[in-house]
Amino acid sequence: MEEGTFQRIQPWERVADQQQNAGSLSQSSVASAEDLRLVEALRSGNESAFVSLVNMYHSLMLRLAMIFVPSETIAEEVVQDTWMGVLHGLDRFEGRSALKTWIFRILTNRAKTRAQREGRSVPFSSLPEFTTELQEPAIEPERFHGPDHQWPGHWVSFPRSWEEIPEERILSQETMTRIQEAIDTLPVGQREVITLRDIEGCTSEEACDLLGVSEANQRVLLHRARCKVRRALERYFEDE
Amino acid sequence: MTNSDQNELNCQQVVELVTDYLEQALLPEKQAQFEQHIEKCPGCDTFLEQVQQTIMMLRKLSEQQTFPETKQELLEIFQNWKQDESKSDFPMI
Repeated sequence: MEEGTFQRIQPWERVADQQQNAGSLSQSSVASAEDLRLVEALRSGNESAFVSLVNMYHSLMLRLAMIFVPSETIAEEVVQDTWMGVLHGLDRFEGRSALKTWIFRILTNRAKTRAQREGRSVPFSSLPEFTTELQEPAIEPERFHGPDHQWPGHWVSFPRSWEEIPEERILSQETMTRIQEAIDTLPVGQREVITLRDIEGCTSEEACDLLGVSEANQRVLLHRARCKVRRALERYFEDE
Repeated sequence: MTNSDQNELNCQQVVELVTDYLEQALLPEKQAQFEQHIEKCPGCDTFLEQVQQTIMMLRKLSEQQTFPETKQELLEIFQNWKQDESKSDFPMI
């Protein structure tokens, strides 16, 4: 599908272009000494270097791939294919971007290509969806008093604190399942930002770099996503 | 009470600023307004705390998933690659 040329959306698109020659990109976050050491170890065929890289990034890669492709099986194939691409592309890694960024670019590139082959449109390019994502309020307006009220914009009723909820419940498998379900329903931009930032602990610089969004837009998407997950948890905790 | 004071944020405005606050992206003046509001508003204080708890729970999610079954296949990918590499490194005669 031919997309618009609206400037604010183009950075999403640019990521895909950059992936073509990801290794030679000039990036703000360059490879760390640890990155270079790992790459050198990999080039010399050191298996434990590969294992530590897999341990660091595999689950995040799978999670990211899942954003694009329709099933976990396909996501696993994409990730395996990415690891192959990483190994075969090692000689092209010049350390001008962080290793993580370089790997994730290869991954998102392959995931998008695969998604297209599976007949899934690549969602980032959808301008109306992205604009809506940036404009909608994070919290339902009906939680607050309207403009005619004595206290406009103030809570109709305060959210109930979760302090009383036992930690076992907070960290239970069921709670985790609810969180995952909430994430699965998020628009793709929000899903990707919350995955990178809050689940996998990437810095905002890494997330912006990888997704090609501005810091400000990244924060908006992150806030929307966090608020929706919080709301899902609120409903879940209040149910019982 | 100076609810109509332009310098004061209402709850609906405060909840929209929570991530900017946590990311330390607010201008100093706005940050001070945010903190003043949170100090006296139990609802927004709870909301802020819940967003922080949500972030903590999201972080736990990454510890949950491991994919041991794929690890072996990945090692095979690595070993195959290593074999290919050593073949291609072999001096051509």
